[in-house]
Amino acid sequence: MTKWTEETVKVAGTELALVKGGSGKPLLILHDELGYPGWMAWNEALAETRTLLIPLQPGFGKTPRLDWVRSYRDLAGFYSQVLREMRLDPIDVIGFSAGGFIAAEMAAADPRIFSHMVLVAPMGIKATEGEILDFFALTIRHHLRATVADPEKTPEFARIYGGEMTPAQFEAFEDARAETARLGWEPFMHNPSLPFLLRGLTTPTLLIRGTRDAVVPRNCIEEYRKAIPGAQVIELPGVGHRPEIEDAIAFERAVQRFLNS
Amino acid sequence: MKIGYFTERPYRWVPEEEVFKNRSFFGVSNRFFDPEKAADDYNYYIDENCYAEELGFDLVALNEHHGNPFCMGSVMNVEAAVLASRTRRVRIVLIGNPLPAIKHPLRMAEELAEIDLISRGRLVTGWVRGAGSEQFFNNANPAYNREMFNEAHDFIVQAWTRPGPWRYEGKHFHYRHVNPWALPYQKPHPPMWIPGVISPETVKWCAAHRYPYIGLGTLLGPTCDLWDYYADEAARHGYQAGPENFGYLIPTVVAETQEKADTIANNFVFGGGQNAFSRPEFAMPPGYNSKSAIRMLAKQPTGSWLGVSGDKLAQHVAHDEPEHVDYGEVRRKLIAGLEKVKRNYQVIAGTPEHVLAKVKTILRILRPGVFIMFSVQGPVSNEERRASMRLFAQEVMPGLREYSREIDLPDPFERTPGSVGLGNGGRRPVVDREPLRELGLR
Repeated sequence: MTKWTEETVKVAGTELALVKGGSGKPLLILHDELGYPGWMAWNEALAETRTLLIPLQPGFGKTPRLDWVRSYRDLAGFYSQVLREMRLDPIDVIGFSAGGFIAAEMAAADPRIFSHMVLVAPMGIKATEGEILDFFALTIRHHLRATVADPEKTPEFARIYGGEMTPAQFEAFEDARAETARLGWEPFMHNPSLPFLLRGLTTPTLLIRGTRDAVVPRNCIEEYRKAIPGAQVIELPGVGHRPEIEDAIAFERAVQRFLNS
Repeated sequence: MKIGYFTERPYRWVPEEEVFKNRSFFGVSNRFFDPEKAADDYNYYIDENCYAEELGFDLVALNEHHGNPFCMGSVMNVEAAVLASRTRRVRIVLIGNPLPAIKHPLRMAEELAEIDLISRGRLVTGWVRGAGSEQFFNNANPAYNREMFNEAHDFIVQAWTRPGPWRYEGKHFHYRHVNPWALPYQKPHPPMWIPGVISPETVKWCAAHRYPYIGLGTLLGPTCDLWDYYADEAARHGYQAGPENFGYLIPTVVAETQEKADTIANNFVFGGGQNAFSRPEFAMPPGYNSKSAIRMLAKQPTGSWLGVSGDKLAQHVAHDEPEHVDYGEVRRKLIAGLEKVKRNYQVIAGTPEHVLAKVKTILRILRPGVFIMFSVQGPVSNEERRASMRLFAQEVMPGLREYSREIDLPDPFERTPGSVGLGNGGRRPVVDREPLRELGLR
C-alpha cells in the first residue's frame, strides 16, 4: 500500500488541503462535485509510477471556502495560481466530472498549463442532445446511486458510500453540494463560452466515459471532441459515471497508455 | 394583542391521489389546473379576506408560494394590492415576500410602496427566504439564499429611505439608477415582521433588527427555545424583548360541535398536509440550510412547516422509498396522526369554548403580541370556512382580547418592538414554560 498524506499548503492566498501519494512525475487529480472519496484502487495503481497531487476543493470542508470564487472559471483561475506558485506547470491532469470542467477551463485560459489532459465524464459544455442530470434536485442518496451503473458490482462504491450515512458524512456532502451550487447552479454545470475558448487547443486530450453514464450524456463528450478535434475518446462498456471505480483496471490501463504516449 | 386571519388559499380541486402519487403538492402537474375553478377561488379568497375585516379581525395575512396547489398566492403582491383597495381598516400583513427567489429588490420596493400608498399606510411587509422548492421554481441559487436575502433587505430599506437618484453595485444586485418615485406612505417605511420556522439565523437577524418574529405553527417547546434565543440576542443588543416582538400563527378550526370541527380539521392533512408541501429533495436544496439548522432539524421530533422536518431529513439520507403505497392506509394514518398533532397544540379544532381555552393556553405560554388564525386547508366548502371564521370572531376573539389585556400582551403597534430597555436584573422571561410541563409537553 502506497503511503499517502494529507497536508496543508499555504498557496494562492489560502491554506489548501492537498492529498499527496506515490512517486514519480507529478499528476494532478481534480476530484468531482461530490468531493474526494478517499484513496482507491486506481490511485494505488497510478501511484506506482506517479506522484498524485489531489487538492481538496475550497469549500468542501477541508480547504476554506473562497468567497471570491463564484464560477468554475474562477476556480480554474485559483487552481492555475496554485500550479504556478508551486512551480508545477506544465503538468498532467485527470479531472473527474465537475473536476473535468475545471481542467477544461484551466486549459482554455492557458493552453500550455497541461502536458496531458484526461477528462473523465466531464461537465462544462452544454449538451445539444440530452441533459446533465440535475443532481441538485435529487436527495444525496439518489445522486450517489445515479453515479454508478450497478452498485452491487462496484465494491468500492459500497466501501465509500455503503451503510447508514452518519451526520458527519451528511454534512460533508452538504458542503460539497452547497459549494457546487455556488459555482454551477446557473447555467447548470456548464459555461456557454467554454467550447469557443477551447478552440485550437493542442494539449493531448483523452476523454473517457462509461457507456451507461446517467449523469453526463454522451453528447457532452462529442461536444468536447468537436471543440478539441485532436482529442481521443475511450468508451468503457457497461460502466456509469465513475469508470475509475466501476472498471478500475480498464480505466488505469487507458490512462497509463495515454499519459505515456 | 392584534388578531389576524390567514389562509394559504389552497387550490381545492386537485385530486388527492395525485398529491399522494407525487409524494408532495409541489410538482403536481399543472394539467390539473382548471382556470374556471381557480378564477372562482381567487375571487372567493379576496372576498374571504374582506369578510375577515367585516368580522373584526385586525389583520389579514398573505403568503406566497410558487408552482404549488397548496397555496395559490403565486404573486402575493397582486392580491395585497386588491385588498389594499377593497378593505378600509385591516392591516395587510405579508408573511412574506421571498426576496432571494424574486431576485429584484428594486421592483419589490416599488410594488410594496404602491400597496402601502393604495392602502394609505396599512401594509406590514415581511420577508422570507422562500421555501426550498421556491429556489428550484425560480432558479434562485440556494447556496446564496441567505446572502441574497440580507442584501435585498438592506437595499430595499435604503431605496425607501435614502433620497435618489443613486447608484448601487452590490454582490448579487446591481442598479445604476435607484430613484423609485413611489415611496411608502408610512415613514420611514412600513413595519416589517419576519415569519420563521426553525432557523436560528433568522431569529438572530430579527432580534438584531428589532423586527417581530412570527412563529409559523412550530411546536410550543421549540418555539419557547427560539423565543428565548431571540430575547437573549435582544439583550445583547441592549433591549428587553416582549410580546411586541412575537407573533404566532396556528391552524385553527371552529364549529358548533367538536365532531364537526374535527371532521373539517381532518382537511389539514389533505394530501399529506404541510409535511407534504414538497419532497425532501426540493425542501432542502444545496446550501439552503445552515449547518446549525440541519442539526436542529435532526432534533425536531415531528413534522413542521413547509415540508422541512426531522422526518424529511431522515428521508433525505434514507434509502429508496417503497414503490407500492396503499393511499387509503396513508389517509387513515394521516388522520390518526392528526390526533397527536392536536394534543401537541399544533392544530386547534373544536367548539368556541374549546378553542378559546386552547388558544388562551398558547397565549399564556408564548405571550405573543400577535395571534393569527390559520384557516383550514383542503377541499372545505366556502360555507364551512366562513362559519369557522365567524364563530372564531364572534365567540373566541372577545375572550382572547380580554385575556390578552389581563396578562398584558402589547402588540407591535402599541409598543414599538425594541423600545424597552433592559432592567438592572438583566433580561426578563419572555415565555412561561410552566403550562408546558402541566400539559406534558416539552
